[in-house]
Amino acid sequence: MPERIVPVKVYAKVLGALLVLTAATCAISFIDMGKLNTVVAVVIAFVKASLVAAIFMHLRYSRRLMRIVVVAGLFWLGILIALTMGDYLTRGWR
Amino acid sequence: MAETLVADQHARGAATAHQFDDFEQQRDAATMGMWIFLVTEIMFFGGLFASYVVYRVIYPTAFAVASLALDITLGTLNTAVLLISSFTMALAVFGSQTGRRRALVGGLALTILLGLVFLAIKIYEYYQKYVEHHIPGPSFAFPAPYTEPAKMYFTLYFAMTGLHAAHMIVGCGLLTVLIVMAWRGRFTPEYHSPVELSGLYWHFVDIIWIFLYPLLYLIGRHLE
Repeated sequence: MPERIVPVKVYAKVLGALLVLTAATCAISFIDMGKLNTVVAVVIAFVKASLVAAIFMHLRYSRRLMRIVVVAGLFWLGILIALTMGDYLTRGWR
Repeated sequence: MAETLVADQHARGAATAHQFDDFEQQRDAATMGMWIFLVTEIMFFGGLFASYVVYRVIYPTAFAVASLALDITLGTLNTAVLLISSFTMALAVFGSQTGRRRALVGGLALTILLGLVFLAIKIYEYYQKYVEHHIPGPSFAFPAPYTEPAKMYFTLYFAMTGLHAAHMIVGCGLLTVLIVMAWRGRFTPEYHSPVELSGLYWHFVDIIWIFLYPLLYLIGRHLE
């Protein structure tokens, strides 16, 4: 696939968004929302990571195969955590 | 004539190796190889993230209380430093793609500088933890009843941020090599895979920190 040159302006906008999201996740963490705190923090982290991967790492402009590789990696991480927790969370079951 | 041209391209690393159809396929293969490596890195860090999930679920309160011992100002500042360094890295890649050598060398230099600022702040944070006896070991101290689980939290804190910092050091080394290569005019808009691939590595390390920051620094702030 021919290389796509991303304008610096786009990179600057992404950086702005990343810094705003960082300030937001920091501010939100001071509000007590119970279990929702972790959910919001992780969702914001995923949004930030996606921005970095899509624009800075050019995944948005890459061929689909490249994106499948990344998704497969995350899927495998999901298996690791799901099976581990499947063990720990059910140890109390009788 | 044709031979000298090939030799010249080879010298600049722009030649197509014989196993590839064309130059574009070669570049795609290089990028794919880097992504496969980064996926193995996801699994490398993934073991630590999985351990974190296990102990955080078992000791939620202790983890939240222990996390308050971290300096949120320094943590947030470091997050910003790293995000800006990703921007300067993207700038360097842009410079290499468009043949702007000043943007390339300048972007790389700024990225290394910001990486070193990040590491300096991290070292200062580690020193603070040392002074406060928060390093797991014989001199570890944390108020009861959270002493033992807090030790687990700090073990994970040092393992995760330590592995991350090790990657930062490797990244700074890679970028230093790139600056020398860029200075010697080794990269052209046609051939700059080392810059692009090192950029992927740098951004990946940034992404790891994007997850470490909320999971280590922010989990107990609502208790304050």
